[in-house]
Amino acid sequence: MADLSINFAGIKAPNPFWLASAPPTNSGYQIMKAFEAGWGGAVWKTLGVPVVNVSSRYGSTDYRGSRMVGFNNIELISDRPLADNLKEIEEVKKYFPDHAVIASLMVESKAEWHQIIKDCENAGADGLELNFGCPHGMCERGMGSAVGQEPEVLKTIVEWVMEVATVPVITKLSPNISHITDPGLASVQGGTDAISLVNTFKSIVGINLDNYAPYPDVGGAGSNGGYCGPAVKPIALNMVRELASHLQIKGTPISGIGGIETWRDVVEYLLLGASSVQVCTSVMHYGFGIVREIEAGVLQFMDDKGYDTIYDFVGKALPNVKEWKDLNLNHKVVATIDEEKCIGCELCYIACEDGAHQAIGLSGDPGNRTPYIIDDNCVGCNLCSLVCPVQDCITMDRRDDGKAEITWAERMANNDVPTTFNDSRAGGLGHYVPEPSLALKKNQK
Amino acid sequence: MADYKRPASEEDFHQNFAQKKPLMNDTEAYLESSRCLFCFDAPCVTACPTGIDIPLFIKQISSGNTEGAAKTIFDQNWFGNACGKVCPTKVLCEGACVYNHQDVKPIDIGRLQTYATDSVISSGKTLFKPGASNGRKVAIIGAGPAGISCACELRTLGYEVDIFESKEKPSGLTLYGTAPYKITNEEVLAEIEYLENSLGFNIHYNSTISTKEQIEELQSNYDAIFLGVGLGPTAKLDIPGIDLKNVEGAVEFVEELRMKQHEVTVPDRVIVLGGGNTAMDAASETSRMGAESVILAYRRSKEQMGGYSFEYDLAVSAGAKGLFNVQPVRIVGTDKVEGVEFIRTEQKNGKLEYVSGSEFILECELVIKATGQAKMAPFFDLIDGLELDSGNRVIVDSESFQTTNPFFFAGGDSVNGGAEVVNGAHDGKAAAHGIEAWLNSQNS
Repeated sequence: MADLSINFAGIKAPNPFWLASAPPTNSGYQIMKAFEAGWGGAVWKTLGVPVVNVSSRYGSTDYRGSRMVGFNNIELISDRPLADNLKEIEEVKKYFPDHAVIASLMVESKAEWHQIIKDCENAGADGLELNFGCPHGMCERGMGSAVGQEPEVLKTIVEWVMEVATVPVITKLSPNISHITDPGLASVQGGTDAISLVNTFKSIVGINLDNYAPYPDVGGAGSNGGYCGPAVKPIALNMVRELASHLQIKGTPISGIGGIETWRDVVEYLLLGASSVQVCTSVMHYGFGIVREIEAGVLQFMDDKGYDTIYDFVGKALPNVKEWKDLNLNHKVVATIDEEKCIGCELCYIACEDGAHQAIGLSGDPGNRTPYIIDDNCVGCNLCSLVCPVQDCITMDRRDDGKAEITWAERMANNDVPTTFNDSRAGGLGHYVPEPSLALKKNQK
Repeated sequence: MADYKRPASEEDFHQNFAQKKPLMNDTEAYLESSRCLFCFDAPCVTACPTGIDIPLFIKQISSGNTEGAAKTIFDQNWFGNACGKVCPTKVLCEGACVYNHQDVKPIDIGRLQTYATDSVISSGKTLFKPGASNGRKVAIIGAGPAGISCACELRTLGYEVDIFESKEKPSGLTLYGTAPYKITNEEVLAEIEYLENSLGFNIHYNSTISTKEQIEELQSNYDAIFLGVGLGPTAKLDIPGIDLKNVEGAVEFVEELRMKQHEVTVPDRVIVLGGGNTAMDAASETSRMGAESVILAYRRSKEQMGGYSFEYDLAVSAGAKGLFNVQPVRIVGTDKVEGVEFIRTEQKNGKLEYVSGSEFILECELVIKATGQAKMAPFFDLIDGLELDSGNRVIVDSESFQTTNPFFFAGGDSVNGGAEVVNGAHDGKAAAHGIEAWLNSQNS
């Protein structure tokens, strides 16, 4: 069986499945329970300065029958006494010497940073994570994302930390920034051992339509919260990818965070360059037990593909994430509807008709609700296959000969690009678009 | 063999007749509504005789606009609440749900519909108002689904409406003829009360219209008349002994059951004659009333029954047994019923023939004839120029529901020969627009 153990920038753990610094890591009790359940590491809920919290604290984005596809919070860092947390770190390490216990930190002055690092190392923390991410509350006090959004400040603090730290240091980045590589590069230049991302996104999950307060509602008012959960995964994945493929950042271990719930999510993060992952929302939703599904799935994947360790496939998808100009313009796919499977919901029809390229037709026979593809109009956009509720009913079939590949970059180099809209080489020219007036009911047969 | 104890109280009765489509709670409605695919040109809408925009009202429930959902439903069907419960949804909207094609459970449309409409009926919040008075008056004969739907629609158009009903309660067979496990009396009456409060039509109870003079009087006092008279009592079955005590018509039996509930006593052995949905209902009901043996006897094969197979299954699950290819030839007994003599039948060259010498007697203490309802032909004879088809159904224009006497419009069972509540609801509403169009054309 594959070996899941990792050495992440010097932090050893039995597996790459860690808990992110968040409510599930608020206490030694929770972390011991998590380790027993199968988690390989935990980043302690951020330690720092004394804080006071509000009630309520969490908000959710529900989508139809699904709860918490997105989740936000306005909770601050740990509101427990530092001494209690340190004592519990020590105790957890006694029970679980081989698991990774990482102290997440957020303080202000250089002296405070130096002191708290010493305290955590003395308590036995295996590593430190610098919280430059929280987009609510703490940033108003000059910490969290207030640091993460200023690469120069971030770099300076990383430098302070590296002056004294004797255990590996992970810098946690805020995604509330135009280019994630700016703080990423700053952290590397400051000397960080590793990077973790993403922290939460500035967000409002909704408004109470009776009192007009944003959720979570604190007495008829709210504040922007930090957004996470399955809904943010695509954005986080891309940010991980940007760092992992950046010339001056790649090589720095990355811990991937954002919307992870299943083994599939974990594998995707690893394929895009993360070499550990951190999970919060799905544990807040389902408890620590979800790690069983994650571990079983990752092991199955590794066995199926013949990987011995995760390092055999970390970053394996990166070469396939290209710039648009390097994609093959000759690649052509066209939708095919499996008439046996089609249930006649006609969602593909209306999606293509109203939302895409008018490339799907209806039979006109009330007894036959299976739509048909108008091959000449189909641009291979995938939309129909994405909206189809039936598994494997609409497939995108390859129609080019698979031989000659040509990219926009190559055509630019060959001076083979359209220069006017009527240029025969311009896109969209052969594509049928109905007359605008045909949209009106009175003009349809 | 009876699975059901004889109900001794109203509570027992409701337990034996537990609702097949109980009211959804908020969680059920939220999760179920979330499953709807919002199909384009949705087949459920096409399958609904009243054309309710089902995907729309389900999305409204899902997005927390239950009141809007109720409005969407009532916009098309004034019996929206009752139809959610009593419609044969398995062969209508839910039968058409595309999920069926992948063996996925279809959306529970009927119960979602009742959930939405119940929310406004319970709160009493008015969604519809009468239209500004247009000075016209319409008389409606029969306060069943067709009549009340016609009244509601006419009120929104500004008409004054008087309904003349021979019974003492409204909504016709929805109340008097539906199996009690489909809908309770309270639910039926609450919807009518809600509509009455919102729209203000007048129902005159215990007001039978049965003479030519009465009809002529209505004609002189009103601008048009809508006939929603339904069908008559159970048709006569012409065999010896049919007039013995304890031989009852199914329509009459169900009516008594619905009105008197646990006070009705059903004997140990019951034979139900017929193969339609009313026969299935009667078999189900007598089983639930604690009869020890209920035989559903039909003269043709099981496959040839007119009733829905799921209604038969329901009767069987309640304890009834099917007996097929048997024709009753005589009711046995001196004063009251002691049994039924049958002769076996078989299908030969497409014709039903008796098997000679196959006669046998089954003992019982109650016979329920579910052999169809009589048509109201004698009543229609009172109206000049009103034509019936060969099956004694009133001939109407398929869109305006105007009869061959232009002053009269008709809909529901008297036109379709006996169908569902939803068909009556559709006819009545459509007829209101027929009346409006006809009167407008008279004035212009």
